[in-house]
Amino acid sequence: MAETESIEVGSRHDLHVRRSPDAPDTAEYDGREGAYGWLHSFETGSTVDGPGIRITVFMSGCLLRCLYCHNPDTWHLKDGTRIGLEHAVRRLADFAPMLRAMGGGLTISGGEPLVQPAFTRCLFAAAKRMGLHTALDTSGFLGARADDDYLANVDLVLLDIKSGDPDTYRHVTGKELEPTLHFAERLAAARKPVWIRYVLVPGVTDDPSNVGKVARFVAPMKNVEWVEVLPFHQMGSFKWKSLGLDYKLSETAAPTSDQVQRALKIFRDAGCRAR
Amino acid sequence: MVTAPVTSDILEYDEVFAKFDATMEWLARTYVHALNCIHYMHDKYFYERLEMALHDSDILRTMACGIAGLSVAADSLSAIKYAKVHVIRDDRGLAVDYRIEGDFPKYGNADPRVDDIAVNLVSRFMAKIRKHPTYRNATHTQSVLTITSNVVYGKHTGATPDGRRKGEPFAPGANPMHGRDSHGWLASCISVAKLPYADAQDGISYTVSISPSLTQRDSEGGLDNAVKAFDAYFGQGGFHMNLNVLSVDTLKDAMEHPDKYPQLTIRVSGYAVNFVRLTREQQLDVISRTMHTKY
Repeated sequence: MAETESIEVGSRHDLHVRRSPDAPDTAEYDGREGAYGWLHSFETGSTVDGPGIRITVFMSGCLLRCLYCHNPDTWHLKDGTRIGLEHAVRRLADFAPMLRAMGGGLTISGGEPLVQPAFTRCLFAAAKRMGLHTALDTSGFLGARADDDYLANVDLVLLDIKSGDPDTYRHVTGKELEPTLHFAERLAAARKPVWIRYVLVPGVTDDPSNVGKVARFVAPMKNVEWVEVLPFHQMGSFKWKSLGLDYKLSETAAPTSDQVQRALKIFRDAGCRAR
Repeated sequence: MVTAPVTSDILEYDEVFAKFDATMEWLARTYVHALNCIHYMHDKYFYERLEMALHDSDILRTMACGIAGLSVAADSLSAIKYAKVHVIRDDRGLAVDYRIEGDFPKYGNADPRVDDIAVNLVSRFMAKIRKHPTYRNATHTQSVLTITSNVVYGKHTGATPDGRRKGEPFAPGANPMHGRDSHGWLASCISVAKLPYADAQDGISYTVSISPSLTQRDSEGGLDNAVKAFDAYFGQGGFHMNLNVLSVDTLKDAMEHPDKYPQLTIRVSGYAVNFVRLTREQQLDVISRTMHTKY
């Protein structure tokens, strides 16, 4: 067997389970370790997670339990693969010339990248040294962990505001909305470029008054370049079943294009640039 | 050329590679000699001479050999090196199948551990071809660009140590094996671009299919992204890419209702082919190739 470190974390679409049983419990982890991190997978070629053509790293660990989560095998650090920072940086360097040529860069997603702030901070810093554009894909729930120094190496924040209404947010994620709104305000004050994401789930997040709350919150923020409405889909349902989890949206259909257009109209009417 | 059979239960990299190398040595010799015979006979029966009569300048004569199934060979050697490959033999003692224990790096993921094996195979085989004089001193070349013959070759090849089943098609051209490039098409591009053109001057072909959903946000942005992808790939040393933007659903529908798609053209290894005129087997092969989508 090879003695070199395994870099085959596998495909994003594989089920990742118990790959690092010695990893800390996600909820108790303070994220201080920078020399290594727990990763779910990485994928190249994305054109939807920031500008250009990108490499997207999916971190393990998330504190939210979104009803529509399509990668529930990213929730626990223990399910991820432990990867050394040096190795991750070397791997990123393999892709850097092509990413630069395509006006792309690195997007760190998850999971929640801010569960592992020390590791993701170092990875962002390394990407900036390589001349890459960097994007942080986050729910904002742990936004307080991204201090100004952290954000200095982040060119764009993809902020997933899952609901404008706190009760709905709690129902969808199991956590509070407040930290995300606070993070959004901080990013606005810092004039950090942001794309807002809104996952449209029929019967869950598509209430016009709920969408309207997000729209009115976001509209005055000049740093918000785009609001992106992401239609819910069923592609993650097999993972819920494989993990023996109770998937509450198995009967929920993807929104029709009319429903998506209606949500977009609410955002646009409030003055947002939405797509 | 005869090498002693491998008799161990678990394949050992150094032993297999030495025997594979000796086999390549024999094959290169046979290959060039056969091509020499073919070209000699062409001349004898006037075929080439007549065509050449129409050229009024000195021409560069090349003699093109070719590699099929490069990714199968690279992944097989990688499996032997990085995982454990058990040989399953029949009652005559002939290897009929393999059982792989553990994971191994697969060509198409920008992973140097296996990409280097593929690069080495290309250069090594080219060096062996160059050892043999060619008819009329043609320049030796080789290609890595099978188009549909990879299906036929696969059909007549037994199970391989990379886990490919008996009869299963090889990947076309220089492509990674179907579904094994698990980190997106950019990673596959980087792997394929590493193959040295200097040792494959007859061409290295990479066929990539991308779902329209990747470009659906706006068609102009999609075109822009395609241009960026080409620039980056060729900047990285890539030689040739067929980019198809199409959906699996369209292809499946075309298999069932060919009359609806008389003009459906796809690019495969340097050639545009009419999809509905392919055999059913070839159509299935095209569909089973990695389709890059994103949600």
